[in-house]
Amino acid sequence: MYEFQYHRPASIDEAKKILADNDEAIILAGGMTMLPTMKLRLARPSDLVDLSAIDSLRGIRKDGKTIEIGAMTPHADVAGSSVVQSEIPALADLAGMIGDAQVRNRGTIGGSLSNSDPAADYPAAVLGLNAVIKTDTREIAADDFFKDLFETALGPNEIIQAVRFPKPKRAAYAKFPNPASRYAVVGVMIAETTDGIRAAVTGAGPCAFRATEIEAALAKDFSATALDGLTFDAGDLNDDLHASPEYRAHLVIVMAKRAVAAASV
Amino acid sequence: MTENGIGAAVRRKEDHRFITGQGQYTDDINRPNQLYAHIIRSPLPHARIRGIELKAALDMPGVVAVLTGKDMVDDGIGGLPCGWGVNNKDGSPMTEPGHPPLAADTVRYVGDQVAVVLADKRSIARDAAELVDIDYEELPAAASLSAASAEAAPAVWEEAPDNVCFDWEIGDAAATDEAFASAAHVSSIDIVNSRLIPNAIEPRVAIGEYDSGRDEYTLYTTSQNPHVIRMLMGAFVLSIPEHKLRIIAPDVGGGFGSKICHYAEEAIVTWASKRVNRPVKWTADRSESFMSDAHGRDHISHAELALSKDGDFLGLRVRTKANLGAYLSTFGPAVPTYLYATLLAGTYKTPAIYCEVKGMFTHSVPVDSYRGAGRPEACYLLERLVDRAARETGIDPLEIRRRNFIPRDGFPYQTPVLLEYDSGDYHACLDKCLELADYKGFEKRRAESAERGKLRGVGLSTYIEACGIAPSNVAGALGARAGLYESGTIRVNPTGSVTVLTGSHSHGQGHETTFAQLVTEALGVDFDNVDVVHGDTGKIPFGMGTYGSRSLAVGGMALMAALEKIKTKSRKIAAHLLEASEDDVEFVDGQLRVAGTDRTVSFGDVALAAYVPHNYPLDVLEPGLDETAFYDPKNWTFPAGCHICEVEIDPDTGVVEIDRFTAADDFGRIINPMIVEGQVHGGLTQGIGQALYEQCVYDDSGQLLTGSYMDYCMPKADNLPNFEVTTNTTLCTHNVLGVKGCGEAGTIGSTPAVINAVVDALSELGVNDVPIPATPERVWDAIRTAAHNRAVSA
Ligand SMILES: Cc1cc2nc3c(=O)[nH]c(=O)nc-3n(C[C@H](O)[C@H](O)[C@H](O)COP(=O)(O)OP(=O)(O)OC[C@H]3O[C@@H](n4cnc5c(N)ncnc54)[C@H](O)[C@@H]3O)c2cc1C
Repeated sequence: MYEFQYHRPASIDEAKKILADNDEAIILAGGMTMLPTMKLRLARPSDLVDLSAIDSLRGIRKDGKTIEIGAMTPHADVAGSSVVQSEIPALADLAGMIGDAQVRNRGTIGGSLSNSDPAADYPAAVLGLNAVIKTDTREIAADDFFKDLFETALGPNEIIQAVRFPKPKRAAYAKFPNPASRYAVVGVMIAETTDGIRAAVTGAGPCAFRATEIEAALAKDFSATALDGLTFDAGDLNDDLHASPEYRAHLVIVMAKRAVAAASV
Repeated sequence: MTENGIGAAVRRKEDHRFITGQGQYTDDINRPNQLYAHIIRSPLPHARIRGIELKAALDMPGVVAVLTGKDMVDDGIGGLPCGWGVNNKDGSPMTEPGHPPLAADTVRYVGDQVAVVLADKRSIARDAAELVDIDYEELPAAASLSAASAEAAPAVWEEAPDNVCFDWEIGDAAATDEAFASAAHVSSIDIVNSRLIPNAIEPRVAIGEYDSGRDEYTLYTTSQNPHVIRMLMGAFVLSIPEHKLRIIAPDVGGGFGSKICHYAEEAIVTWASKRVNRPVKWTADRSESFMSDAHGRDHISHAELALSKDGDFLGLRVRTKANLGAYLSTFGPAVPTYLYATLLAGTYKTPAIYCEVKGMFTHSVPVDSYRGAGRPEACYLLERLVDRAARETGIDPLEIRRRNFIPRDGFPYQTPVLLEYDSGDYHACLDKCLELADYKGFEKRRAESAERGKLRGVGLSTYIEACGIAPSNVAGALGARAGLYESGTIRVNPTGSVTVLTGSHSHGQGHETTFAQLVTEALGVDFDNVDVVHGDTGKIPFGMGTYGSRSLAVGGMALMAALEKIKTKSRKIAAHLLEASEDDVEFVDGQLRVAGTDRTVSFGDVALAAYVPHNYPLDVLEPGLDETAFYDPKNWTFPAGCHICEVEIDPDTGVVEIDRFTAADDFGRIINPMIVEGQVHGGLTQGIGQALYEQCVYDDSGQLLTGSYMDYCMPKADNLPNFEVTTNTTLCTHNVLGVKGCGEAGTIGSTPAVINAVVDALSELGVNDVPIPATPERVWDAIRTAAHNRAVSA
């Protein structure tokens, strides 16, 4: 690592001030992405602004028909929350599939979404469940949030405060993990929401996206067999050591079917 | 069997310190006033170094020196030596280019050492390294076997324009051709044995320390064989005589062969410590381990098996290309030749075998021993080929093996490829494994899987391996540039406790326990009163170290010989104390007794008499009870066995799950069954790793793509079933305990068993091969391609 200054502000305002005063300051949440990046000397922040002392950023609240999760809530809390398990079990399941126990105890939902790793799981949840991302300045709809590889709608120094998930009628997430890293090679969240069927795919493209052809097929018939014979276009999908675009395209359908089957029970 | 003697599942002595975090690994050692070294490595696979600008780095506060290959040349430093020379078919020696510890003018792989920064802190050394400006002239590179053997491929070495280091052969070509001419059926297979990165949990570390007052050097290093490092580094690289150079390899966190080699960093820190007259410490980070620890395997082969109409093996013909990397590592040339092709007979009585191997230079990390070293490559090729022959001839895979096994009464058995097997019972291992695996119940389980939409397959391998390269004079004739004996000392202390000094080295194997059991059994000394010391050239008389599953079969036998000397001397002392004839004194349960009487003296009293010789035959016997023996084995040992794997495949995703894995191994006599079982579990895991998960990949430009655990897939606990393991013993005939060795067998037999199972599961779909590692995509692709082919031909 290069040398840096470490800050642990007690409020959002204080955090914003440090970020504003230092050009090369970066937010630190669980550090599960940030710290390895720094160790490999791929990032050189002048200052790290650790959000862990800001209590209001952590916790899970039920508010009518929505669940609000603070940005600094670790994956393990979401996976283990009885509220999430009873209201949106698909979300608790997804959080429980992230990484390993250590990662789930450190990594946060805010960090995961800001980072928008193409292979991260939460983006599929946010997009599939039509969540709203609350930052210190505005609310961003899931459909407007993920822009490209590691690129989101967040402005410079904009801080995610919480994510609001409306309770779906039914939903399930199916993940094909990368055997090496256990990130998603392909993950599909299928949800029947008050606004219709949503199918969100992570791992397959540069960032999470909705699979409209799957949504259309399921809108007619919410069953795994409705996807029989459907092929997914491999054209723009990721190509790396772990999976070719063709294989990813195939997995999108297989995982979608599994999610539909799981959501139907 | 005594409570803690031979055959007892004694808990490991060393685990107390390991489990309580009190192990002393090399990185735990810090020397007063030490500097930290950061090695600057080439980011390019092939380039000429036009210039190196050091000033900015040297100006950084805390930086003490930046040394380059030119400084090494100026100091007359030699190259890292290769420990095994292989000859070409025409008898000429292999091409053996130099291997400077710091590249002076050309870099030849990503990770090649270029310069070293020495600073007061590790972070300063790293920061300063970024200020060293190296002007590279990039050259074309070829990191893979196929790239390096292509026409007009870039040459790694001028002296080997076609990148061929050696073109070697073994066996009788004419007799093999004749066998093929008379064959009723020939099966053939193309095999890629994937490249692996060993990934010991402890990264390599080296600390060099120079004592200017005594003109002595100490090197602390993560090594499997400190005396070998002293010999190689002292004599060939730094010109330091043995009595001025001490090598300490303390607790070592796994080696798997990768810590046999003499590495550049060892020489660099030792040399640098004298230049700056301060201790110099280097600790690899994980990224460095990926790009600088010697890699393993990496073969491409074509093999053919000639069969009679009844399925008798008549001849085997193999052509292999082996990747040696950019430089010849310590035992690099031996692995794909004498440790590989000599095992191609397997457990079978194939009368004619011929194998040719081209060792190739490529712009990649040097390749050397990795658990099994050559034998997994041989076993994988042969057991895949035998399975294919069974399928093609319609003979049951069990039947074709049984038919061709060397029979129980066929030992000693001279293979057509150099080795003479001393003992074994391959039928018994196979039968025992089938029983334990409930092989008979397979079809029922297959049907159950099918009901769930899964494809189940079963595969087996009946492997052989060779441990403890021997004897030294034969190994020497084959090109070994060192002896392959071992030394052992039994030091009985005055009050009767025992200190064992061994030239073997434990880096996970549990020598401190196993060797103590030998002493307890022989002398009746309490297990807790025996301590085993290893890993320090300043304490141990000599040693060749631990690799090739040789510790017990060679190192243990040196201890047995030393124990015999102790017993002989003890009987003499006891005879004096008991006023009896030496011939009448016998050793029973830690007592020395005049045979047929109740007159005894305890071993403790004998030891005391030896060191306080008041009542002692000083006129005919030296005082003291401390004996050393060197043991040179008469032959290799030949563990063998049967592995059976059952997999379940998800045809939708291609994911292979190992549902059952059973091993029945013949390791000769077993000293500690718990330790043996642990060795088998670890070995199986690594073999399964190669079968399904692990693979080192370079891209076409020569960059290492699998440089971290995000991309290099290690097998994880949840990938593995509960292993069922058992043993079936035939004794080795040429060592006093009848032991064979168990360290590598798991790795050797398991890979083909897994892939034979995968192919079995997919065979009904028309698949007859899946490459290793059989990743989900590859399995899916094999299924898809077979379906396509069926559709086309329908
Ligand atoms: C071994 C391993 C395995 C993993 N496996 C998975 C997996 O299977 N699935 C998966 O989805 N993820 C996985 N992850 C990622 C992990 O779950 C974390 O979600 C991720 O690393 C980022 O979260 P973090 O809290 O650690 O963020 P950090 O690393 O601290 O920060 C990441 C980025 O987000 C920014 N940031 C953080 N919080 C905020 C905020 N509130 N507002 C604005 N910007 C912010 C930071 O500035 C930084 O740029 C894995 C990580 C590791 C190390």
